[in-house]
Amino acid sequence: MARAWVFEDDVSTDDIIAGRYLIKHDPRELGIHAMENINPIFAKRVKRGDVIIGGKNFGCGSSREQAPIALKAAGVSAVVAESFARIFYRNSINQGLPVITCPGVRSGFKNMHKVKVDLKRGTIHNVTTGKVFKAEPFPDFILGILRAGGLIPYLKRRGAPRRR
Amino acid sequence: MPMTIAEKILARASGRKRVSPGEIVEAKVDVAMAHDLTAPLAIEALHKMGVKRVWDPSKVVIVLDHQAPPTTIEMAKDHAMLRKFVAENRIPNFYDVHEGICHQVVPEGGFALPGRLVVGADSHSCTYGALGCFATGVGSTDMAAIFATGKLWFRVPESMLFKIKGRLRNRVAPKDIILKIIGDVGVDGATYRAVEFAGDGVRHLTVAGRMTVCNMGVEMGAKTAIVPPDEQTKLYLKGRARGKYKEVCSDSDAGYVDERTYDVSNLEPQVACPHRVDNVRPVREVQGIEVDQAFLGSCTNGRLEDLIEAVEVMNGKKVAKGVRMIVSPASREVYMDALNAGVLQRLVKAGAIVESPACAACMGCHVGVLGPGEVSISSSNRNFKGRQGSPEGKIYLASPATVAASAVMGKITDPRDV
Repeated sequence: MARAWVFEDDVSTDDIIAGRYLIKHDPRELGIHAMENINPIFAKRVKRGDVIIGGKNFGCGSSREQAPIALKAAGVSAVVAESFARIFYRNSINQGLPVITCPGVRSGFKNMHKVKVDLKRGTIHNVTTGKVFKAEPFPDFILGILRAGGLIPYLKRRGAPRRR
Repeated sequence: MPMTIAEKILARASGRKRVSPGEIVEAKVDVAMAHDLTAPLAIEALHKMGVKRVWDPSKVVIVLDHQAPPTTIEMAKDHAMLRKFVAENRIPNFYDVHEGICHQVVPEGGFALPGRLVVGADSHSCTYGALGCFATGVGSTDMAAIFATGKLWFRVPESMLFKIKGRLRNRVAPKDIILKIIGDVGVDGATYRAVEFAGDGVRHLTVAGRMTVCNMGVEMGAKTAIVPPDEQTKLYLKGRARGKYKEVCSDSDAGYVDERTYDVSNLEPQVACPHRVDNVRPVREVQGIEVDQAFLGSCTNGRLEDLIEAVEVMNGKKVAKGVRMIVSPASREVYMDALNAGVLQRLVKAGAIVESPACAACMGCHVGVLGPGEVSISSSNRNFKGRQGSPEGKIYLASPATVAASAVMGKITDPRDV
């Protein structure tokens, strides 16, 4: 079952993937450096499907879309946080990484708690403690983007705006 | 119904009479900018969409600045790919590795005009708001959507007003104003909001100073930062503006979710301490901390008046032994002006390293990285852990005057004490 990785407030996109790695293109290479500045063991230990639990203002800072790309490549299946910074939020949806705003969630989790996320219902279940957190469910079109795996596959499925 | 400047611009761009905060609108983008770290991903996304050509080449600006000139084979390949893309799409507004930082060349090139909607694939795109436009940063996939269609959806932001009063004292800079504000409201104090800077305190600032203030709007989470246009705006744009523009200002009874007043006449030099931009204190409280690197440059503070202020503070003194002072003028134009004014000569004579006009040491992917335990005093905008190299390095953000004073003293120094 997915495990929780708990982070502090104001995790920046520099924290998620440092500037020195932006010259890399391969998502896997970005993934192995995810969160390196603030938690050097994260990328080594994270398992596919694990969930990040964040505090306020998660993803603040630069517009680098490599941030959600790195998290996805590292295996993260969703980020649940008290609040998100604007550009990271849009980028994550566009990359097909669920970013769920859920006030109160940060104090309800400790590292390695077992977690279940239900996107459609908007529930975050701490299986270890038994507590269930309610988030705003996504509007249908965003759920559609997430299900398709991001904005590009979503548009392709719906017939992209072709020019010339 | 009264509207703020941000609301008026989004209304115009989305073809509506009015918009209100919280509404989602699809707006036509007047200028779309991407640089060498964000354009490659945007182009990849564009091609995945099956689109080969940008919607309107004349509205696209591509700048090679973050890794300029390239220091790795991968980046050299990216630059070559971008040149090819620019040629194939016949994009006239291309700034190659020698031209400067995107947030300097876009205003210099006359792309950022009052009333316009300017979107950049870079978070500091809010800098352009200094010229009275709605400017905001997005990621690469959103930029690809703009490249394909010329449009993007926006949530109309609530507006927040900062009324600035008074005149800055000698050696106190626009950077100190914005650091003080961010220290007060916090790094998420304006998240999703449009922040507007008004009042006589802003009128007194040059366009360069306004750019410094707007540049750091995103460091408090703002979607855009705007200074209403005035005579200075017009003066700056004379001979630069690409096309006609119509000035837009907030209605006097427009609605703001928050209004704050700052009297800056007694403001002291400020510094943002590691590792948070809102960890702000007066320089006096942290003076004496030894520095290894002093960086003067970036889209926040790499303009001519910043370089002049620095040499005036240094006043013929040498950079302290063991300190590397790195200077990167924000653009080729700034470089040339500083060269002609003898400013670069004075910097080099003092022992500073003058780099090519680019992002340089700001974000740890080009020249001037920190080793473990090293301390940087930097005129840039972010001091996140590891931003300029080693996660064990420490970054203090300050004005050009404070950076220069610290460089010659070898320790963090109030510029009024040099």
